[in-house]
Amino acid sequence: MDLTLRVWRQKDGQSTGRFESYQVSGIIPDMSFLEMLDVTNERLIMEGKDPIAFDHDCREGICGMCSLVINGRAHGGFDGTTTCQLHMRKFNDGDTITIEPWRASAFPVIRDLVVDRTSFDRIIQAGGFISANTGGAPDGNAVPIPKPDADAAMDAAACIGCGACAASCPNGSAMLFVAAKVSHLAHLPQGMPERGQRVLDMVARMDEEGFGNCTNHAECEAMCPKDISISHIAKMNREFIRATVRGD
Amino acid sequence: MDTNGSLNGNVPEGPLAEKWDNHRFNMKLVNPANRRRYKVIVVGAGLAGGGAAATLGELGYNVDCFCYQDSPRRAHSIAAQGGINAAKNYQNDGDSTYRLFYDTIKGGDFRSRESNVYRLAQVSANIIDQCVAMGVPFAREYGGQLANRSFGGAQVSRTFYARGQTGQQLLLGVYSALSRQIAAGTVKMHSRTEMLEIVLVDGQAKGVITRNLVTGEIEKHAADVVIMATGGYGPVFYLSTNAMGNNVTASIRAYMKGAYFANPCYTQIHPTCIPVSGDHQSKLTLMSESLRNDGRIWVSMKEGDPRGPGEIPENERDYYLERMYPSFGNLAPRDIASRAAKRACDEGRGVGDTGLGVYLDFTDAIERLGLGLVQQRYGNLFDMYEKITGENAYQVPMRIYPAIHYTMGGLWVDYNLMSNIPGLFVLGESNFSDHGANRLGASALMQGLADGYFVAPYTVGNYLASQTPGDYSADSSEFTQAADDVEDRVKRVLSIDGKRTVTSFHRELGMICWDYCGMARTDQSLKKALDLIPALKEEFWENVSVPGGGDELNPELEKALRVADFLEFAELMCYDALVREESCGGHFREEYQTEEGEALRDDEHFSHVSAWEAPGNGGRPILHKENLEFEEVEFSVRSYK
Amino acid sequence: MGRFAKILQSSIGAKVAMAVTGILLVLFIIGHLLGNLLMFAGPEATNAYAKGLKDLGALLWVARVGLLVVFLVHISSALRLWRMNKAARPQAYAVSESTMVTYAGRSIVMTGALVLAFAAYHLLHFTLFATNPEFAQLQDAQGRHDVYRMVILGFRNTAVSGVYLVSMILLGLHLSHGVTSLFQSLGINNPTYNPIFKRLGPWSGVLLALGFMSIPLAVLAGVLK
Repeated sequence: MDLTLRVWRQKDGQSTGRFESYQVSGIIPDMSFLEMLDVTNERLIMEGKDPIAFDHDCREGICGMCSLVINGRAHGGFDGTTTCQLHMRKFNDGDTITIEPWRASAFPVIRDLVVDRTSFDRIIQAGGFISANTGGAPDGNAVPIPKPDADAAMDAAACIGCGACAASCPNGSAMLFVAAKVSHLAHLPQGMPERGQRVLDMVARMDEEGFGNCTNHAECEAMCPKDISISHIAKMNREFIRATVRGD
Repeated sequence: MDTNGSLNGNVPEGPLAEKWDNHRFNMKLVNPANRRRYKVIVVGAGLAGGGAAATLGELGYNVDCFCYQDSPRRAHSIAAQGGINAAKNYQNDGDSTYRLFYDTIKGGDFRSRESNVYRLAQVSANIIDQCVAMGVPFAREYGGQLANRSFGGAQVSRTFYARGQTGQQLLLGVYSALSRQIAAGTVKMHSRTEMLEIVLVDGQAKGVITRNLVTGEIEKHAADVVIMATGGYGPVFYLSTNAMGNNVTASIRAYMKGAYFANPCYTQIHPTCIPVSGDHQSKLTLMSESLRNDGRIWVSMKEGDPRGPGEIPENERDYYLERMYPSFGNLAPRDIASRAAKRACDEGRGVGDTGLGVYLDFTDAIERLGLGLVQQRYGNLFDMYEKITGENAYQVPMRIYPAIHYTMGGLWVDYNLMSNIPGLFVLGESNFSDHGANRLGASALMQGLADGYFVAPYTVGNYLASQTPGDYSADSSEFTQAADDVEDRVKRVLSIDGKRTVTSFHRELGMICWDYCGMARTDQSLKKALDLIPALKEEFWENVSVPGGGDELNPELEKALRVADFLEFAELMCYDALVREESCGGHFREEYQTEEGEALRDDEHFSHVSAWEAPGNGGRPILHKENLEFEEVEFSVRSYK
Repeated sequence: MGRFAKILQSSIGAKVAMAVTGILLVLFIIGHLLGNLLMFAGPEATNAYAKGLKDLGALLWVARVGLLVVFLVHISSALRLWRMNKAARPQAYAVSESTMVTYAGRSIVMTGALVLAFAAYHLLHFTLFATNPEFAQLQDAQGRHDVYRMVILGFRNTAVSGVYLVSMILLGLHLSHGVTSLFQSLGINNPTYNPIFKRLGPWSGVLLALGFMSIPLAVLAGVLK
């Protein structure tokens, strides 16, 4: 396959960026999207040019490090697929592919396609945990957890924190990410003691980080590589209302 | 090769089952009010490192934690799929601490330290309790009880799991505990920061030199104690199931400073990975071993059979694991299943375009359990397989092939998980201690959390109790010297301006290691590798091309520094494999096998840990042996027939 | 009160405020439409209803002030959320291929602003008579304000009717996203009922818009005289 890549290049957070076009040839359908970028970079290095910086690590769709808005869609927009699992058989010979970084004020660009997602870490630090010190935990079976609750918690906990929700939301909202953590813990008895304060603190932090808010388009759900449902956002809204009414 | 006297593992006295309890009682404690005066450096934020950092933070120590990823939530512990073992005996099927201990010792082919393994089995149950308390959504039965499944190498169901994402859920548990401590101010997190050197002052570990991967700044960090939990060295083979950034740099830097590197030749090959599709391949994807619970592995009985899987009738299929190991069948341990696959492919019976693959077939399982249940159990794995290969495994059998997955070797540590350098503790996959020559499935997560949550917080405290807090300075000459060395290394690699990319060197190194020090090794192949690696290293330092500068985000520079260290390490690994003239676990020397092709141990000569000391002047590494004394178990031939 | 003020400042609090005021506004709109439809029952019904409303006296002012407050909360929350959203993505994507975003959803701020402008005009037109002072003088046989006559005269002007018709289409668009959306904002999400919530927005938008539009159309068509 021969492709034209339009890639966002930006030296660092202070510089202004621009698109550069690259012709790449000899791409085969079995390559992953990132392997296609690897091949492109190897050629750029041999030509004495700067390779394209992009985030990636596990390359098996679980660490959440890879990103990229590909042709206007986060992770390329294929059902339940991260960029690292996207394979070139989904593209056609002669395609032009536009590659952009996540764009959100809470995800500042570090270089080229690499953005800073530590805002997500700070939201978790605001309350995305159960305060249980190591040691002294009761037996794992001491509190039975109904299977539907455990399953619902797991559905939410599957979030990989990649940021595709905020990147694809027309409002740059991180509600799906925050909701996934709130909903995960709110489905479990262990999460109950801090239930109210957690959602208030995490939402406050989310706002401080400069994310937008949800206008219920559900674009995040469609782009989420782990198919996290916006029903978790509704759950977070309920939790928020509950905590507010109770005065938590 | 100098074989210095026996290394002492500092194993406590007393009966095996009481060692840890006695030892805990005998350890010195740090007064809670004094703890904040001690500074602890933790390098790595996976299950072991993150768990230790969070727990030490909870105890009140002042912790600095480092990871190269953009967030501690991305450490490669996250990728473990199948589960975590614990001797809970919830299924009432005869499990016990002793059985988990025994299975692990036997699975490790009698090459692990008995006392460490027993402690691992002991604390395994606490791990599950702790994770549940922290909100890890383990799979549950309809009655609300924790669910278990069986896993390769065990005949009891002791594996706890969270769908096919157990590692992710456990890591997110650790990450949440760590986040809580970061918010509390007890842990300072340094993400996108890579450790490039360890600093010793008067022979004690007192800090690290790091590079900020965003700004390129070389930073000096001093502390009372240094904990490394920096993972394994799988990517020395280039293609592995590890993450792209996983590296041996921290370990090899510690080795160069005098830490002993133990058993580097013990590498584990995972039997169920998706086969390589071409030269562009950057990593291999693991399919959880749990697939072997219901899938059946087979190849054609004929060599070079051109027929597709559907055209081969039942009586012409060779379900070789079921044939050779009737009692364990498709659940034979990883090393055995991997070598059997290699053998089938060597015989020309491999499947797929490359002939490097075997079938993993769910036809019978779908018939027996129904499509719905198979989907429920393995749906996400089938989806992943389809994404990568474009094939629907409900209709055609999966193709699998072994790949490097885990490394049992690592820095040598004593019972306290402290290396031979005082003040340097090593946890998780980066130490050598618990898995011997082969790790059982679902035991890596167990060890990482055991080390991080339940061992290091005690033993590190014991060490600190003997130290004066704050007895370090990042301005001392040792730190300045180490930082200068790192700066020089960065400058040197940037200045070569050669004609080959970093990746091309890495790929070539990986091919050498895989071909000559992979699933099966010989005296000849290892000597060949030991010829090729130094030549490649030499070429690297003359001909590598690293674009960009040192004071910016420069992924090529990061890779170059890591590959340089892999080149150092590969030689050590091959050398260890060469002198271990026996077969055990993941280390299979073709010269040492039974008539049936099974690993043939030599307990008389090799029942020891090989701990290597870096040579001062570029000669061969120096061997230190820790003899393995087995008080409880007796050597037996590892049979899974 | 401090707590509630703080909650209103937060993104979800503001969303909830939007949803709650949205419900009240929709109820108001439904009531308004039912009153309007009395036009089809003739001048007597319409003028009697109008008189009845006027005679509420103080109660009417309570309702008016309440409605104003609801409007203000709805609008001020919308403005704050809109500003937050603008700030959250300072640089737009060069290529943006949304899959789920509807026209109604994307344009809800714009339709809201236009409906607000319409509401102002509507008040000037039929309540304060600023555009047509002569409407104030219209009286029926019983000496009541002849609202029926006023509406007929008002809508015979095609330009005015045109403004009303276009505005009602905008209102319909606004409701079609807004009504569906408010369930999610209030945390009402249930797989069994979600398909109903999803349809409720567009249907309510269409029905309410058609209901309002029926009157100017009937006047223009000569059905109402």
